[in-house]
Amino acid sequence: MGAGTETFYDVIRRQGITRRSFHKFCSLTATSLGLGPLAATNIANALETKPRVPVIWMHGLECTCCSESFIRSAHPLVKDAVLSMISLDYDDTIMAAAGHQAEAILEETRAKYKGQYILAVEGNPPLNEDGMYCIDGGKPFVEKLKLMADDAMAVIAWGACASWGCVQAAKPNPTQAVPIDKVITNKPIIKVPGCPPIAEVMTGVVTFVTTFGKLPELDRQGRPKMFYSQRIHDKCYRRPHFDAGQFVEEWDDDAARKGYCLYKMGCKGPTTYNACSTVRWNGGVSFPIQSGHGCIGCSEDGFWDQGGFYDRLTTIKQFGVEANADKIGQTAAVVVGGAIVAHAGVTVVRNMARRSKENSTDNSRSNGKSAG
Amino acid sequence: MTEIARVHGVGDANGERAKSLQTIYVYEAPVRIWHWANAALILVLCVTGYFIGTPLPSVPGEASASFQMGYIRFAHFAAGQTLIVFFLLRLYWAFVGNKFSRQIFYLPISKRIWWWGILYELKWYMFLVKDPKKYVGHNPLAHVAMFSFMLFLVFMMASGMALYSEGQGIDSWQYKIFGFMFSIFPNAQSLHTWHHLGMWAITIFAIVHVYAAVREDILSRQSMISSIVSGERLFRDDIDDFPR
Repeated sequence: MGAGTETFYDVIRRQGITRRSFHKFCSLTATSLGLGPLAATNIANALETKPRVPVIWMHGLECTCCSESFIRSAHPLVKDAVLSMISLDYDDTIMAAAGHQAEAILEETRAKYKGQYILAVEGNPPLNEDGMYCIDGGKPFVEKLKLMADDAMAVIAWGACASWGCVQAAKPNPTQAVPIDKVITNKPIIKVPGCPPIAEVMTGVVTFVTTFGKLPELDRQGRPKMFYSQRIHDKCYRRPHFDAGQFVEEWDDDAARKGYCLYKMGCKGPTTYNACSTVRWNGGVSFPIQSGHGCIGCSEDGFWDQGGFYDRLTTIKQFGVEANADKIGQTAAVVVGGAIVAHAGVTVVRNMARRSKENSTDNSRSNGKSAG
Repeated sequence: MTEIARVHGVGDANGERAKSLQTIYVYEAPVRIWHWANAALILVLCVTGYFIGTPLPSVPGEASASFQMGYIRFAHFAAGQTLIVFFLLRLYWAFVGNKFSRQIFYLPISKRIWWWGILYELKWYMFLVKDPKKYVGHNPLAHVAMFSFMLFLVFMMASGMALYSEGQGIDSWQYKIFGFMFSIFPNAQSLHTWHHLGMWAITIFAIVHVYAAVREDILSRQSMISSIVSGERLFRDDIDDFPR
């Protein structure tokens, strides 16, 4: 760790590639890209001098599932991402250094690569009791996070915790855990939500930033468009069953065995933006819907507070009762309908009473039918 | 000059004067067409919307042989967008139509008599006064109801288009215009839920609306149902409401 000055050229040489092959690669790249005669030298120069991007990976309130996912990346392999593409200077979960040595790296990186390193945050800071619910190296995590963010080039928010808050921020949120964009307001933040995010999405984001030296295009909610611009539902292989009106009605019914759409079982695919139905998991083996379980919407804002994972019409808590939109609507309609019937009844009774009392043919009056 | 000649309007042989009734053209043709188109479209939207939330029992056979959910959603999207087109035309008519065509889009909250009118109408519905007042356009209470309904419609149109834009993709013009709804409701599931609740609110509005229209048509001093068919409002008596 701490070898932040290693260039791409150093890495290439370390992997046993000769200088001759390196220059061949640069020439071939320049030629195939149709660049001018000087380009090969420029590419070689860039690779020889450009240091790998230093990355600081911090952990707040979380379960480390993002790291667990990250180390299973297949394309690119996580070893390539960690050892060749970036310079992972600090990651307290998987680094060799510990204690004061580890903490010293934070200070060192902050001083040496001011405004150049990427801050990757897994988990989020709790704000209650001055941040005492998450102490990291003797200090509240929120303070370390703000300090390291101040000198970062950009911030990556790994997972639902850092992006939205996740389970620790679900109601009633006793520790007042907040997504990192609530405490880091002066840096661009890439949100890579999911619980955890897909491994290839994580390494894909890292690859993009290191290759192009800039942040990927983000959507309205700060997520990279290339992985989060479509819903699970849009690319789901069970979508034809949805359009046909073929649904699993119960977990063990024939439709479940036939692999029909899980919409009625509360699948959140239609409201979840992620790449699961295209990239899939564990090297493209499967994803929840393929395994017969609906999507729980883990990459969406506040997915713990959106009612049951197994209801299509989720419950609404704002009304103080556990009921879905249909139950609330039907109850209200019945109450209003009943009130109208009662009102109509009173109207008729009052009207009859009034007419028998007046029994008048006075022309200048109103139509004589009004209640009074 | 005989006594009977002084009686205003027509009278019978005994000098009994017949009521002279006023009829005023209130709802112009575009307003009436909009009203009934809206009614039909909302019916389609509520029925298809309900079945999108709670789909029909599963269809057997090959998926390629059926497009049931697809057709239901198509009907919903088509009706929704037609409703928006009619709404935009109706907004246009608010500018070029007569003064009653503008009424449901604003509330005259600075007018004391309007507030008094709301109170009076409430009393009429609570059986506390003998007769309602006469109004050429909507009475103040109905005015509030219609205005709130317009707000509801706007919410339903905006949320509906935002949900539709999810299928069209985030590069679509629908998302560019209505994507802001996801800043208010970051999780689309909650926007679905509120859109669904909106359906029930509109259903309840329709129930109250039909009851009030029928009741007013029978009991009030002016025509109701025939007015939204012919556009003409007939007043059933010639008594001044606000003596000068």
